[in-house]
Amino acid sequence: MEFLRPAGWEEALAAKAEYPDAVPLAGGTDLMVELNFGHRRPERLLDLGRIAELKEWETDGDSVRLGAGVPYTRIMEGLRRELPGLALASHTVASPQIRHRGGVGGNLGTASPAGDAHPALLAAGAEVEAVSARGTRLIPIDDFYLGPKRNALAPDELIRAVRVRRADGPQQYAKVGTRNAMVIAVCAFGLALHPQTRSVRTGIGSAAPTPVRAREAEEFLGGVLEEERCWESGRVVPPAAARHFADLCAAACSPIDDVRGTAAYRRRAVGVLARRTLGWAWEEYRGSARATEGAA
Amino acid sequence: MMRVRLTVNGRAREADDVWEGESLLYVLRERLGLPGSKNACEQGECGSCTVRLDGVPVCACLVAAGQAEGCEVVTVEGLAPEGELSTVQRAFVDAGAVQCGFCTPGLLVAADDLLDRNPKPADADIREALSGNLCRCTGYEKIMDAVRLAAARRCAEPEGDRA
Ligand SMILES: Cc1cc2nc3c(=O)[nH]c(=O)nc-3n(C[C@H](O)[C@H](O)[C@H](O)COP(=O)(O)OP(=O)(O)OC[C@H]3O[C@@H](n4cnc5c(N)ncnc54)[C@H](O)[C@@H]3O)c2cc1C
Ligand code: FES
Ligand code: FES
Repeated sequence: MEFLRPAGWEEALAAKAEYPDAVPLAGGTDLMVELNFGHRRPERLLDLGRIAELKEWETDGDSVRLGAGVPYTRIMEGLRRELPGLALASHTVASPQIRHRGGVGGNLGTASPAGDAHPALLAAGAEVEAVSARGTRLIPIDDFYLGPKRNALAPDELIRAVRVRRADGPQQYAKVGTRNAMVIAVCAFGLALHPQTRSVRTGIGSAAPTPVRAREAEEFLGGVLEEERCWESGRVVPPAAARHFADLCAAACSPIDDVRGTAAYRRRAVGVLARRTLGWAWEEYRGSARATEGAA
Repeated sequence: MMRVRLTVNGRAREADDVWEGESLLYVLRERLGLPGSKNACEQGECGSCTVRLDGVPVCACLVAAGQAEGCEVVTVEGLAPEGELSTVQRAFVDAGAVQCGFCTPGLLVAADDLLDRNPKPADADIREALSGNLCRCTGYEKIMDAVRLAAARRCAEPEGDRA
């Protein structure tokens, strides 16, 4: 085995171009488990740990360019306002030790349907900045997940960053598991209200072969909120509509039975999480709408 | 095979013939003679291998040895001078928080880090900080007691005396 330690980003891209089979190593919280258990014996490891720009984020205009290697701890501490959904999701990952090392680049690299960043990224709206010696392309998050643990990266590409739309409204994230820490999601749900475009976006984790959005549910709820003039008035979402939204979210799942839970349980739980997160997010939206009104 | 240089508990150390896929935990235990950090699950689940890497608690079993090149590592052996106990270690003994002791080194490193960041943690802070450390003997109540005791003692000590 060879251990490649590029000191900078250009060097990393050159190494990946020369050795497309080199396996990137970021926080190691997925990859080291595979090495420790002999599940994987790559010819080459490409350690990204020394590349400073991967550990930084920039806020430019409407989006946050989040370096692939920013650990979860820093996301949950530093990006609560800009990326509240992702910050909440980050806090649910594993334990402090894991959150100090693992980050979104590795979560996207693994592309597990249970990865906690995915529902938050789907709900917020994001693009993955995939870079190779050939150039840069921005992959819309909706096109990134191709199958269980399969993503849209080409063999010579590395993730430089993920560009996430800065929150323009409340966002929520909820996860079902057996404890409050150290749980891989039985299922998870991310929800973002986008008052600027008067739309609602969702992300579902661990309840389909890939992370997915509940598009029909989003459209249905968007329509109701528009028709009932809820965005302007800040009035409560009609309970029947919230229930139907939850049903459509459950219907967007195609879960399986596994050791963590049954398909039927997952579908039901996703509906419950959808209704709850909508309730929390809408309450917060109404609160902020009232606060603006009061100030005016 | 490669050579890895790093600082462990304040001393410059070097390990030779390190396999590229080897963990920092293996290097500490098997190459540098520091068996304090325990090897239990090798998959980040138990926290027995917790060390500080450049200041932050991590699972040494999930850090590739090569990633620790040039870094500062503090293990349980580095919490107090040889033959002495740090406040946190003393509190674990006094509170009866050590049963078989397998989880203890990782818990000590995690608790030490918590009290450095937050000298007066609430119970919820303690639970969160230790949520990545499993005690197979399930002595969690005594562990909570030990951290509360350590916090109280550290707050009562004059600044300079703190181990
Ligand atoms: C005990 C434990 C508990 C866990 N709990 C959770 C949990 O609750 N929720 C959750 O979502 N995850 C969990 N995980 C999984 C893991 O922590 C996350 O997936 C994390 O985001 C991985 O990030 P990393 O930097 O450690 O990735 P690594 O392990 O370094 O890499 C993961 C994969 O991504 C690739 N990769 C990394 N960086 C890049 C890049 N820049 N470009 C291209 N490819 C790249 C690697 O080649 C590898 O295939 C857990 C893991 C452990 C060990
Ligand atoms: S041995 Fe590292 S976490 Fe269990
Ligand atoms: S004292 Fe035995 S594992 Fe904690």
